[in-house]
Amino acid sequence: MPTVELLFSALPEHVRTARLVAAAVARRAGVDEAVLDEVRLAVGEACSRAVGLHRSSGVDKPVRVLLTEDEKKFSIEVGDEVPITPVNGSAPAVPSARGDEPRPGPAPAEDSEADDEGQMGLAVISGLVDDVEVIEGENGGLIRMTWPTMAP
Amino acid sequence: MDLSLSTRTVGDRTVVEVGGEIDVYTAPKLREQLVELVNDGNYHLVVDMEGVDFLDSTGLGVLVGGLKRVRAHEGSLRLVCNQERILKIFRITGLTKVFPIHTSVEEAVAATD
Repeated sequence: MPTVELLFSALPEHVRTARLVAAAVARRAGVDEAVLDEVRLAVGEACSRAVGLHRSSGVDKPVRVLLTEDEKKFSIEVGDEVPITPVNGSAPAVPSARGDEPRPGPAPAEDSEADDEGQMGLAVISGLVDDVEVIEGENGGLIRMTWPTMAP
Repeated sequence: MDLSLSTRTVGDRTVVEVGGEIDVYTAPKLREQLVELVNDGNYHLVVDMEGVDFLDSTGLGVLVGGLKRVRAHEGSLRLVCNQERILKIFRITGLTKVFPIHTSVEEAVAATD
């Protein structure tokens, strides 16, 4: 069971709230003070990306953030609810790293912009966090990031 | 915290002083400001980031967009930043090679290439 679970409407103004909550829980969990800036940035990137995906796909569901404190680690999972779907009736997309697949949406130009930003966000996350997994599910994607914690 | 923006002219440069957090919510305001400056004929910009507490990839995207716009007019976009937490984001994305980054507004304004 996560230590803290956060659900927020897919709106850019709530991403800051997610950053603040994640940093506060990470600090309590014993994540090194020097790494908290990275936690803040990484969770912000993951949430911005999820918000972008929800908005460009017209998904009305909230973005989910799970903050879990374990004995020696602290992990953050950011889940979106945008499934990979075939575009224009073409063959079903093969699950792969999120962002590689074209996504259906009302405006192609906006879509590609959202995708570009999502890619840049992923680039920043993978540069920042050593332990990161990007998981594709039928009902949406998940980014899981883990940091070590210090003994209390 | 919200984003604060103020602009002033120093010689032939336009200095944009940015404060607060540049993220997915506030970045559009910075984008609008940069677009407006370029549309008004200001092609040599100095973006002072000393008051920025937080910058994410959306903010980076806006700065790259600004650079693209001024370059279309043979202009320049220079950054002023001494904060390690902000500089780190430019480094991991390789953008330190794209943006001239200065330690003071005076240095950025005086720089020619």
